[in-house]
Amino acid sequence: MSAEVSFGRKVRRDFFATPLDSVITLAFSALLIYLLYGVLSWGIFNAIWGGDSADVCRADGAKHGACWTVINVRWRLILFGLYPYEEQWRSAIACMVILVTAVLSCIPYFWTGKRLALTWISGFAAFYLLMKGGILGLPLVVERDWGGLSLTVFIFSSVAMIGMPMSIVIALMRRSKLPLIARPTAFLIDVTRSLPLLSIMFTAAVVIPFVLPQWLQGDKLYRIIIGFAIFFAAYQAEIIRGGFQAVPSGQEEASAALGLNYWQNLWYIMLPQVFRAALPPTINQFVITFKETSLVVLIGFFEVLASGAAAFGTAEWKFAYKEVYVFVGLIFFVFVLSLSRYGAYLERRLSVEQR
Amino acid sequence: MYGLLNNQKIRNNAIQIIFVSMIVAVLLVSFLTAKANLDAQGITSGFGFFERATGWDVSFSLLEFKPSDSYLRVLIVGFLNSLFVGAIALSLATVFGVTVGAMRTSANAMARLAGTMYVETFRNVPLILQLIFWYALLLELPHPKKAAGLLGDNLFVSGRGIYLTGLNVNALSAFLAIMLFLVAAFLVVWIAKGKKFQKSEPENRRRLQWLTIGGAAVFIAVILYVGRIPETEILNIPRLKGLNIKGGIRATPELLACIVAITIYGTGYIAEIMRAGFNAVPKGQVEAGSAVGLRSGQIFWRIRLPLAVRTVMPTLINQYVWLFKATSIGIAVGFADYFFVISTSINQSGQTLELIALLMLGFLSVNYTIAWVLNRVNDAIKLKGTQNRA
Repeated sequence: MSAEVSFGRKVRRDFFATPLDSVITLAFSALLIYLLYGVLSWGIFNAIWGGDSADVCRADGAKHGACWTVINVRWRLILFGLYPYEEQWRSAIACMVILVTAVLSCIPYFWTGKRLALTWISGFAAFYLLMKGGILGLPLVVERDWGGLSLTVFIFSSVAMIGMPMSIVIALMRRSKLPLIARPTAFLIDVTRSLPLLSIMFTAAVVIPFVLPQWLQGDKLYRIIIGFAIFFAAYQAEIIRGGFQAVPSGQEEASAALGLNYWQNLWYIMLPQVFRAALPPTINQFVITFKETSLVVLIGFFEVLASGAAAFGTAEWKFAYKEVYVFVGLIFFVFVLSLSRYGAYLERRLSVEQR
Repeated sequence: MYGLLNNQKIRNNAIQIIFVSMIVAVLLVSFLTAKANLDAQGITSGFGFFERATGWDVSFSLLEFKPSDSYLRVLIVGFLNSLFVGAIALSLATVFGVTVGAMRTSANAMARLAGTMYVETFRNVPLILQLIFWYALLLELPHPKKAAGLLGDNLFVSGRGIYLTGLNVNALSAFLAIMLFLVAAFLVVWIAKGKKFQKSEPENRRRLQWLTIGGAAVFIAVILYVGRIPETEILNIPRLKGLNIKGGIRATPELLACIVAITIYGTGYIAEIMRAGFNAVPKGQVEAGSAVGLRSGQIFWRIRLPLAVRTVMPTLINQYVWLFKATSIGIAVGFADYFFVISTSINQSGQTLELIALLMLGFLSVNYTIAWVLNRVNDAIKLKGTQNRA
């Protein structure tokens, strides 16, 4: 087969190889064009972009497509929730900081335990200080007033930062040679993984105040984060355990023969290789966790879904729910798609290196 | 003391004892605090509250339910609702997922494009957002007064749900009839395809199939007749009365939204798993298939699909468990699934610990059952030896 295939032949091979293929091609083309036309005419051609009140869209003779005026007017509510209006620039910068931190940690230069930890701790600290304020002349804004996208980002990054080290510890306990440590850990991992995240969050929010002494309870937001982190860690621990199994046993034996102790072996020999093997599923886990962050809306937190619902929750904007959902959906879509594309790229890269 | 700690055995035992006693201590403290809190609120622990009437209603139930029914009954109702949504959504997601997965690995570029667009759209948006979106759309369907009757007024699609003509029979006999129908359908397929019947004459097999169908039909008719609700007509036809539709089998918008959302979301995930499976089928197998003259449909059904399913079965099992857990999201639209019923019961009765234990028990048992059954299936069908080598 020649390497160069002419354009006509390529089209023929890809779209019209057999009569059945031609039918399939035409059917799917018709379907896609129909859907695309529907989406475009609703979202762009017949949409109303400007204006500052719902009357623009409800006026007689107005176009019947999407009414993006609602985003135009209420985007600050959707993105920042109940955060004080004059201080919302802080919320925006804080989200940017975390975004930059996330992008930095995708660069191989940062792929050492120390550099990653340092980046995330400083990024997260900057986020927290900006959001909360109370120093450097920034007015104090307590967690109860946080909302919108920055609350989603806060929950996600705290869960990742608490859950990640926790998962390594749990994975090590699960692999321990001491039966009374390995068995209970395995049992707890299995139970946590069998429960819906929602029920774990609910337990953290409602049941923990019931069973823990007052001084151990903490704020509801932090209880949810801890519960979420445990759930994340239970899944991530199994991924890391899979990574351990992918490392050839000769590596561990060689390091023992060289006289490295348990921690040296773990830090210098095992973990770098474990994470290399576990990287694609780990990124997938981050993707899933980011999406599941939106579940906190059901426990009563004002994250981006709830602030979106608030944006069309008035009599004026009641009709514009589709526009808001699409807008919020697009925010998630952009983040999740770029993260999962990055994961796919890494997977390809690693598989090439291993050849 | 230092010498003791250097002894490997003693140190190991000490670590284990400390770990286990920490777990015990946490459990003990939780238990004592919970007991103190319960006493302070005057709640008696235990399962006595099962008998009490709930005083609240649920939006959808397979069994009949009214506010004067007991907590035990509402829990069963919620559990059945979860199983119901899970069973329907997971089966639909499997069928669509295999289809989309096949599209993504097809030779036809247009089919690949359509499959990719589907997967990338619906996998990258949170399930809960999709659920409330579909729910809002379903509520926008026409008001019952304006809903057109389809299929000769036997089907109404409205903003208050879908109404379909059904039978006036009680839940138990309806369940038995459906089960009997499924068993009969399975038997008919088994007679046609099973190894045991391959040697017998085609005519005998056909006779056996008709016998099965006839027998099942008679039994189903008897069950339905015995189970009919007295003093009603056997057919339950939806009719517009005043501002609402009365009668018929009603699928509420909440139920439909849950099924639609979990199906669409699950399809994306299962499609990706199936794509990996189709890609893992060695090219030689497919080429061998076309070399012996199989048509493309036969190659798909007899070579690619069976091999793909066998390769990805373990991943699929995890996916099913994960998707079943996703049914707990019904609370977002007020669908009375198991989690919704439990959380409402906690709010209303205060029996927090018992209900949380039941919640965990419910999900653990269903998930372990799914995993156990599918693992048995996996053991039975998995590729042995060199079947999947290139």
